[in-house]
Amino acid sequence: MSHSAPLIKTPEGAVAAITAALGANLVHLEQANGEVAVHIHRDSLVESMIQLRDACEYQQLMEMAGVDWPDRDPRFEIVYCLLSLTKNHRIRVHIATNEENPVPSVTGIWPVAGWLEREVFDMYGVLFSGNPDLRRILTDYGFSGHPQRKDFPLTGYVELRYSEEEKRVKYEPVQLAQDFRNFDFLSPWEGADYVLPGDEKTGEGPGKGATQRMTAEEVKKDPVKPSSPPPPTPKTTDNTTQTGAGKAANKEAVKRSVRKPKATGDKA
Amino acid sequence: MSMQQDLAPTTGDEVIQNYTINFGPQHPAAHGVLRLVMELDGEIVERLDPHIGLLHRGTEKLIEYKTYLQALPYFDRLDYASPMAMEHSYVLAVEKLLDLEVPIRAQYLRVLFAELTRIKNHTLNIAHHIIDVGAMTPPLWLYEIREDCMGFYERASGARMHAAWFRPGGVHQDVPLKLLTDIAEWLDDRMPRLFEDAMSLVVDNRIFKQRNVDIAIVSKEDAIKWGFSGPMIRGAGIPWDIRKSQPYDVYAKMDFDIPVGTRGDCYDRFMVRVEEVRQSVRIMKQCLQQMPEGPVCSDDRKVSPPKRAEMKQSMEALIHHFKLYTEGFKVPAGSVYVATESPKGEFGVYLVSDGTNKPYRCKIRPTAFSHLQAMDFMTRGHMLADTTAILGALDIVFGECDR
Repeated sequence: MSHSAPLIKTPEGAVAAITAALGANLVHLEQANGEVAVHIHRDSLVESMIQLRDACEYQQLMEMAGVDWPDRDPRFEIVYCLLSLTKNHRIRVHIATNEENPVPSVTGIWPVAGWLEREVFDMYGVLFSGNPDLRRILTDYGFSGHPQRKDFPLTGYVELRYSEEEKRVKYEPVQLAQDFRNFDFLSPWEGADYVLPGDEKTGEGPGKGATQRMTAEEVKKDPVKPSSPPPPTPKTTDNTTQTGAGKAANKEAVKRSVRKPKATGDKA
Repeated sequence: MSMQQDLAPTTGDEVIQNYTINFGPQHPAAHGVLRLVMELDGEIVERLDPHIGLLHRGTEKLIEYKTYLQALPYFDRLDYASPMAMEHSYVLAVEKLLDLEVPIRAQYLRVLFAELTRIKNHTLNIAHHIIDVGAMTPPLWLYEIREDCMGFYERASGARMHAAWFRPGGVHQDVPLKLLTDIAEWLDDRMPRLFEDAMSLVVDNRIFKQRNVDIAIVSKEDAIKWGFSGPMIRGAGIPWDIRKSQPYDVYAKMDFDIPVGTRGDCYDRFMVRVEEVRQSVRIMKQCLQQMPEGPVCSDDRKVSPPKRAEMKQSMEALIHHFKLYTEGFKVPAGSVYVATESPKGEFGVYLVSDGTNKPYRCKIRPTAFSHLQAMDFMTRGHMLADTTAILGALDIVFGECDR
């Protein structure tokens, strides 16, 4: 351990105690980066959480995070970060779910989960059965879509401005003055798992984990402004009357005058 | 009165109507853009529904499209009252995934400035709490301290608020010796003088106590259930401080005390913050005494860029510099949850890496989220005028709450 992040020592026997307390509800327990993460079944969430709180002394729910993995089958992962004040330890509880299957709410165990679940619902569209107040929380009133999903564009779909003419806030589709630039830094020399642009020989679609490249067509652009209507009279300059230049001048006057060198005393 | 006539009550009935008012989002006591929908029975708060998200900027989404280094300045903009404390959690999370060692001087500098940030944050919060309940002079004196802190920020990082000074691997630049001696002089003389002067006007003030003592009492059980942390959980009487229990950087070497409240009311939370400022002064003095000379950033060239002077001479350094500022560094796949003791409480970062140069997911755990949620039960049964005192003692900043 050479990093200086908060020092969390897993107490002796804690892993065994968690395994015993969760029993069949435990899918698997993972220890990485000095942290303990338990993956459990979604349906037994409340039961497992009560076990973790009462039998294993993880009294506080500090955080809930959603993660979107579009390639996985239950698409969303919900992560609960628990803290034990008595044992001075943290664990994470992971469950997997999708849009249809609601997650049992833990508001009955920790009232703090109310807003945390609202946030996950707002950002990912995951439903929580039993949450008494599952409204959107961070996004705008009347917002549609779930912004933290990987398929939601960074720029969003609507933008708003105050319209001086209509004296109200107007919502309009996003118009980008410049294409959104997303650079691909994955080195093709180190086994990138996707089709390089221009390398269509493989004939397969992009592989798993390929970065989503936006093509120029996908990005919404400024609509082509309708060209301004033509001026009332056609402007041509075929003859001098149309240019307003008047009659041609005297031919002699048009000639360039050639300046003669001044005669000087000494020759160069 | 017209309503009574319309309903034509029978004799002896009284029509009682609860009153719903909207507090904020643009209100000087709302500490930003908080909108509270309050249901009042006369002047008693019956129910309170905070509407947040008016400052939501999609920080977490933006971070997913930035390299690890580009994502750092977003953290300054979360809790703009304590920017470096926000950076601290993030850089520690990145370092934990990389398992990167930080030079000892950088660790001392980080702790020194984290504590300076704590003073900066607490003086702001104390000042606002006092101004919310009606006093004017102490906030002006406390703002002097805050101004000094921002001056030190500027001398270290070049920016008064959005420092972006903590970097994965250490800090961006070393500080001049004169800055350290100036901080030491400030801690010895000007800072305690200003602070204690301001506090002498407030802590035993009769009006201040009337507005705060026994307001919004939170029991230990409630503090645990509602996910409290920082001065809020200590105000409720639980001696929990991540700096002590799960020390990071050089906090393990520091000698400081953890103040706790006895009643769990607004006054206790206020006094916990006052004492924490004094403890921060102690920690900063120890940092200044113990800080060794040495490098201030990791010499792992795959993570931290080389010095500019070296770049002018060495081809390899030039390549590293170019790669780090275009592609950035790659972080091994995995996930960590790192929480530090920010001035407001537990500020955590849940970082998921998929092995590329951009975070796959960066969930920010704001302190204000759980504290503000608890405001409903804390305010019930109190007078309307107490909501400002309760809100002041919560210490909320909306950049962090809404992200």
